[in-house]
Amino acid sequence: MSMTDVDTVQADTATEPRRAKKSDLSTARRLAAPAVIFLILLTQVPFLVTIGFSLVRWNLLYPNDRGFSGFDNYSSALSSGDLGPSIVATVVITASSVVLSVIFGMIFALLLDRAFPGRAIARTLMITPFLIMPAAAALIWKYSMFDTNIGMLNWLSRSLGLPIVSWGTNHPLATVIIVLTWQFTPFMMLILLAGLQGQDKGILEAAQVDGAGTWRTFTWITLPHMRMYIEIGVLLGSVIIIQVFDPIAILTKGTGGTKTLAYLLYERAFIGLDIGQAAAYGVVTVVLTLIVATIALRTLFKVFMAGGSR
Amino acid sequence: MLAKKRALTLGAGAMATAMALAACSSGNVSTDDSSAGGDGGESVTLNLATVNNGQMQDMEKLKGEYESANPGTTVNFQVMEEADLRAAVTADVASGAGQYDIVTIGAYETPQWGANGWLVDLTEPLASDAEYDVDDILEPVRVAISNDGKQYAVPFYGESSILMYNKEVLDKAGVKLSMNPTWEEVAEAAKEVNTNDMSGICMRGKPGWGDLFAPLTTVVQTFGGNWYDEQWNATVDSAEWKEAVEFYKTMLDESGEADPVSYSFNECLTALKENKAAMWADASVAASLLEADDSPVKGKMGYAHMPVNKTQESGWLWSWNLAVPSTTKNKDAAIDFVKWATSKDYHQLVGEQLGWSLVPPGARQSTYEIPEYKEAAAAYAPITLDVMTSVNPEQPGVKPQPWVGIQYVSIPEFQDVGNQCAQLIADYIANRSSVDDALSKCQSIAQTAGDAQKG
Repeated sequence: MSMTDVDTVQADTATEPRRAKKSDLSTARRLAAPAVIFLILLTQVPFLVTIGFSLVRWNLLYPNDRGFSGFDNYSSALSSGDLGPSIVATVVITASSVVLSVIFGMIFALLLDRAFPGRAIARTLMITPFLIMPAAAALIWKYSMFDTNIGMLNWLSRSLGLPIVSWGTNHPLATVIIVLTWQFTPFMMLILLAGLQGQDKGILEAAQVDGAGTWRTFTWITLPHMRMYIEIGVLLGSVIIIQVFDPIAILTKGTGGTKTLAYLLYERAFIGLDIGQAAAYGVVTVVLTLIVATIALRTLFKVFMAGGSR
Repeated sequence: MLAKKRALTLGAGAMATAMALAACSSGNVSTDDSSAGGDGGESVTLNLATVNNGQMQDMEKLKGEYESANPGTTVNFQVMEEADLRAAVTADVASGAGQYDIVTIGAYETPQWGANGWLVDLTEPLASDAEYDVDDILEPVRVAISNDGKQYAVPFYGESSILMYNKEVLDKAGVKLSMNPTWEEVAEAAKEVNTNDMSGICMRGKPGWGDLFAPLTTVVQTFGGNWYDEQWNATVDSAEWKEAVEFYKTMLDESGEADPVSYSFNECLTALKENKAAMWADASVAASLLEADDSPVKGKMGYAHMPVNKTQESGWLWSWNLAVPSTTKNKDAAIDFVKWATSKDYHQLVGEQLGWSLVPPGARQSTYEIPEYKEAAAAYAPITLDVMTSVNPEQPGVKPQPWVGIQYVSIPEFQDVGNQCAQLIADYIANRSSVDDALSKCQSIAQTAGDAQKG
C-alpha cells in the first residue's frame, strides 16, 4: 500500500458525513453560521415574505379589505398582458445598451491605451459619465440634449437644416438606449483598458515584425486576449442594466416599448399601491430572470468557449 | 406567590402613573396653545410631511414665527417630491405608523382618507373658532375636500386651470380671444400663430394621471364625456371621449409642441418663457410664475377661462391641504398649527415678510380683498378667483357623476387607471396605436376599477 492510497482513503472518509468527527463538523458549522445567518436574513427572509404577500389580497388604499387570496394575484399578473411586452423591453434595452457600450468602450480603450500628452486628463474625463447619478444623467439628457426647444441635438439638426427630432415622442426606445450607452461606455472602457494594459507588448512587436497589419494584429492577437475581459464586462453590465429605472421614469414613463420589468414592478407597487399584486409580479420576475439568466449565460459562454483557444 | 402579586401591583401602579402623566402632558399642550405663549411646559415636536412647492417652502421659512409665539413647540418639516410624498404618507397613514402629525395631501386623497377614518375630523375645531372664519374658505374647494359633510383638511392653497396666451404674438397675427373661448376657437387661434420657431399651443402629453390626464379629463368632460356614469359603468369607449381625444391630438399635431409625450407643466412653462409657445392651458398657479420678476414674458400675457365645448366652465379644481392623521399623539398642537398656517393672519405674514405675490392663492375669499395682494397679482388674481368660484366639483361635465372632483375620479384605483390609460393615449399621440384601440383597452381597465365601487 503506497502513501497516496492511504491519503485517498482518508480524504474519502473526511467527506463522508457519517464517519467524520462530530466535533470537527460542528466547529466548521459554527464558524460558517454568522455568514449563513446574515445571508438568510438579508436575502431569503425578504423573499419568503414577498411570497407570503403575493398570496394576500392587500391594497394599501383598502386597509379593511385584507385576506388570503390564493393564486389570484398570480393569475391577474399573468393574464394582464403586461408581462410579455415588459420582458421584451427588458431584453432589448439591456442587450443593445450592453453591446453598444462594449463596442464604444473598446474603441475608447484602444485610443487611451496609446501614450499621448494629457492622457491622464483624457482618461478622467472619459469616466465621468459613469460617476454621475443615473437620475441626474437622465435629467441632463432630457433637457440639454433631447429637448426640441433647448436641446443640443435639435440645435445641431436645426443648424444643419435637418428636421427636428421628437425624441421622447417618436423614439422612446432609442432615447433610453442612448442614455444608457453613454453612461456605461466608461464602465466597459475601464475593464477593457485593464485588459489591454495586461497584454504582452512583446507579442505585438513580434506580430509587427512578422508583417501583420493593425487590423490583423487586432483580430488575431488582441481580440482573443481580450475575450475574458469582454465576458466580464458583458456579465457585469447586463446585471446592472437589467435593473435600470431612472432614465425610463424620467424620459419615457414606460411608453413605446420601454416598460422594463423594474419599471413595471414600480408601477404596480407605487402607483397601483397593490402590495399583493406587486409581490406576485416580483416573484414571477425572479423566476423568469433565473430561467433566462441560466439559459442565456450558458449559451453566451459556450459561444465564447467554442471560438476561444487562448 | 406573594412576590408575584407585588410585582403585578407595582406594574399596574406604574401604568396608572404613566397614563396620568400622558393625560397631563396632553392637557398641558392644549392649555399651552390656547394661552399662546404661556411659560412653556411640555415641549412638543410636530412632524410635518409636505410637498416641495414654493408655497410650502415659504411656510417652512415662516415657521419660526409660530415657534416663537408658541414656546416649547418645534415644527419639523419633511419636504418631498409629490410622488414620494404620496407614497410615504400613504404608507405611513394606511399602516397606522404615526410618524407624521401633519400631512400635506391633495384634493384627490382627502375625501377618501377621511372616509377611511385616517384623518382627524376638523369640522368642529374650525367652526368653533370665530376668528378663524371657516366660511371664508372658497366654497368649491371646501366641497371637494369634504366627505359626508365633514371637513377633514384645510386648503393651504388652491388652483384651477386657465388659458394663458402671449398677447403680443396673438395681436400681431390679428387673433382675438374672448374671456370665455371655446376649444374650437383656441385650436383655430393656435393654428394661426403656429410657426417653425414657435408652436401655437403647448399642452401636457406626458403620460401620468396627474400629467396628461389633468387637462385631458377636463377636455373630455366639456366635450360631454366622463370616466363613469352614475352606476359606476366605465364610459371611456363613448363617442364623446373619442371626439375629445382626437381633438386633443389633432390640435397637438397641427400646432402643438414638437415632442408632446415629453412635455408636462414644467416643460410648457419653459417653452412659454422662452417664446417657444404662444398659448397654454394649464394650472392657474402658472400665471404667477409667468408674471414673476425674472420672467421674460412678464406683462405680455393675457388670461382667459379654460376653453369649453358643451359646458359653461371647464376649469379644474386642485388644492394642497393640511390634514392631521388620526394616529398623531399631538392632536391639539397639530390642529393649532394647521389653523395658524391657513389663517388670514398667515396670509398677511407672507405678504409682509416675503412679498405680496407669494401669498397662497385659491384658499380664502378674503385674500382677494387685500389691497396689496390685488395690486401685486392684478394680472391673474381676478380671473383665478372668478374661475375657482364658478367651477362645480359635484358635476363638472354634462352628465351627473357619482363622485366629487373635476380632473380626477376620487377612487383609490384612479391613480393606476389614469396612469395606464395615459400611457395608451400617449401611444396614440405618438402614432403607435389607433384611438379606438387605446380607448377600448382603457375602457376595460376603467371598468375593472368601476366594478370594485359597485359592491
